[in-house]
Amino acid sequence: MKKNKNSDSPSNRLWKFFASVKLTVTLLIIIALTCIIGTVIPQNESPSADSLRYGEFLYRIFRVLSIFDMYHSWWFQFLIFFLAANIIVCSIDRLSSTWKVIFKKTPSFDIAKLKNSCKEEFTASCTPHELKTLFLPLLSKLFKYTNMQDRDNGFIIYAEKGRWTKLGVYAVHFSVILLLIGGLIGSYFGFDGSVIIPEGKSVKNVILRNTGAGQPLDFEIRCDDFNVAFYESGMPKEYRSALTILENGKPVLTKNVIVNDPLRYRGINIFQSSYGAMQPENITLSFTDRNTGTALRKKISLGEQIDLPGTFGKFTLNKYLHSYNFRGHNLGEAFAGTLTPPNGEPEEVILPINFSGFDKMRMGSIVISPEDTEQLYYTGLQVTKDPGVPVVYSGFIMMIIGCFITFFISHIRFCVEVVKKKGKSIVIVAGISNKSITGMEARTKKLNKLLSDTIRG
Amino acid sequence: MNSSILLSLTTFIYGFAAFFYIVSVVFKKPFFGKTGTWTCLAGIAGNTGGIIMRWIESYRFGIGHAPLSNLYESLVFFSLVIVAIYLVVEKTYANRSLGAFTTPLAFLAMAYASLSPNISDRIQPLMPALKSNWLIAHVITCFIGYAAFAIAFGLGIMFLLKQKDSQGKVPFIKLFPDLHIMDELSHQMIMFGFLFLSAGIITGAVWANSAWGRYWGWDPKETWSLITWFIYATLLHARFMRGWHGKRLAYLSIIGFIAVLFTYFGVNLLSGLHSYGR
Repeated sequence: MKKNKNSDSPSNRLWKFFASVKLTVTLLIIIALTCIIGTVIPQNESPSADSLRYGEFLYRIFRVLSIFDMYHSWWFQFLIFFLAANIIVCSIDRLSSTWKVIFKKTPSFDIAKLKNSCKEEFTASCTPHELKTLFLPLLSKLFKYTNMQDRDNGFIIYAEKGRWTKLGVYAVHFSVILLLIGGLIGSYFGFDGSVIIPEGKSVKNVILRNTGAGQPLDFEIRCDDFNVAFYESGMPKEYRSALTILENGKPVLTKNVIVNDPLRYRGINIFQSSYGAMQPENITLSFTDRNTGTALRKKISLGEQIDLPGTFGKFTLNKYLHSYNFRGHNLGEAFAGTLTPPNGEPEEVILPINFSGFDKMRMGSIVISPEDTEQLYYTGLQVTKDPGVPVVYSGFIMMIIGCFITFFISHIRFCVEVVKKKGKSIVIVAGISNKSITGMEARTKKLNKLLSDTIRG
Repeated sequence: MNSSILLSLTTFIYGFAAFFYIVSVVFKKPFFGKTGTWTCLAGIAGNTGGIIMRWIESYRFGIGHAPLSNLYESLVFFSLVIVAIYLVVEKTYANRSLGAFTTPLAFLAMAYASLSPNISDRIQPLMPALKSNWLIAHVITCFIGYAAFAIAFGLGIMFLLKQKDSQGKVPFIKLFPDLHIMDELSHQMIMFGFLFLSAGIITGAVWANSAWGRYWGWDPKETWSLITWFIYATLLHARFMRGWHGKRLAYLSIIGFIAVLFTYFGVNLLSGLHSYGR
């Protein structure tokens, strides 16, 4: 590149700086070393915990350097872009010359170089002319490019293939750029949020993870049902949310979402991420007449008032208590209600869910005992949008293909020289590759054997 | 006979193989080298059999899954790949001295898996996050990569020993392959490992994207795998572009393998999403 320019001009020096492999190696080492920091110092924890752990002084220094969120800090991103610029300039700088080499119509050969490489030879009892009619079709079938030159006492055939594999390394470099572009697209046009949906409810907004702001969706997500299954050991086996997508209030899609099997709809991905128990909203109570023993079962919701039979009056379910303390003992979840006799003072009744006989102690003429609550769950979903994913995935594919080509497919060149000697012919097979030397020795032997076999049979 | 017994037996077989290779190198007795090869083959049979039996047993317990789900199972697979790659190299290069440096690694991995009190060899059911077809692809690609780097590490040490002893004073070092062959072979191993490490990181990213909705999250294990990737990328650039050879590359290869070990074990000391690998 830029060969015509004065080699000392500032732009040229800048280009050379970015085109250097020394810079690549330096950057790779610096990035690898700085990456370690973020694995040792916990990222994105609460500032109070951080300042306690490191003391005020270190905490302030780390804070200034964004050590607590270092992978998103300006200096780390600067290093990444420095590397990207380095990769791009390096690739452009070398690609132009590689391109010329690859797409040359008549590749040139350096005989001296070939002769210094892996070499095999054998003697054939026929003339060079006979060998030419045998070798030339065979070699042009095996190799992409062949070129024959006659010599005074014989001939030379050049054969080669795999010139295009020199492009592999550019595919790898381009794939890294694709990954970075995909990442950028994701961070500019995507979002990462979460939402909690109680069973039977639906939501239209999610909370963004970074900022905590609300992000409206174009549709509603309804949680029809949530289930958690356990193994016998008590270890969780499966978290499953039955979700329905609603467009303008109409259901359009229903799917069971489990971990590793998200729901994808209109570019939005919905993942199972957590769950929890909702506070119960209703309970089935049994009202037992202490004198007659007759019982009445009734389901009652929070805030509801029911009429009790006979002279017992009314009962109201007032509130849910997360934990109820009775004389220093925690009795766990409980409901609180009010019993109002037809003519008398209202009386508070506490109904711990796990202690159904608790109300007997009140010594009232009616005993109220909780029977069962309908336990509702909420599902915690992660809701993301990342339009960069297809770009990143194509980068992945390109990286694997590129690495494979670069490492394992070589540009191989052979030179088959036939020299006449006392009515016989000496065949010299010399080969060179830009990759493994040992592999090439085996290849040369193989070609040598193939050629000698062709003569015999 | 169950998988645990068979795999414990395999540990001893690898121990014997390592012993035979070391004896063969130290006392220059080719007979022991050949015995080492046959012992290795027996070890591979036991190792493979153990993995298959464990797979079948997990189905018998009604929690069927590929035996690649925790530290014990990964170590067992790691040993298998190390020995398998080593035997291919032994056959290709017709030199058994490398066996004295690689089979001990397989033995140590198996012994650590079987004997460490912190590692449970019980067949456990899969937690929801691990129930994915990507599990097999991710673990296999990663450990093929790690095993290739382990062999490159062994070669790196052999290279440095041989280079220090250039006059051939120590008899057993004379048996090592030529410096340029070890250099070339270790380069081959690193390219092979790099391809599989890349594939391992990529399958992990695709899996993470289907389990957690993000392909990269700077989790300590992810970050350490990237650090390892950077170290080997540095090595490849130094060799391809700057013409580095020999000693400096051997050192880089050793540093790279230390990063591999940290990615594999050390990260468990830190917190993160890969906690089931403990």
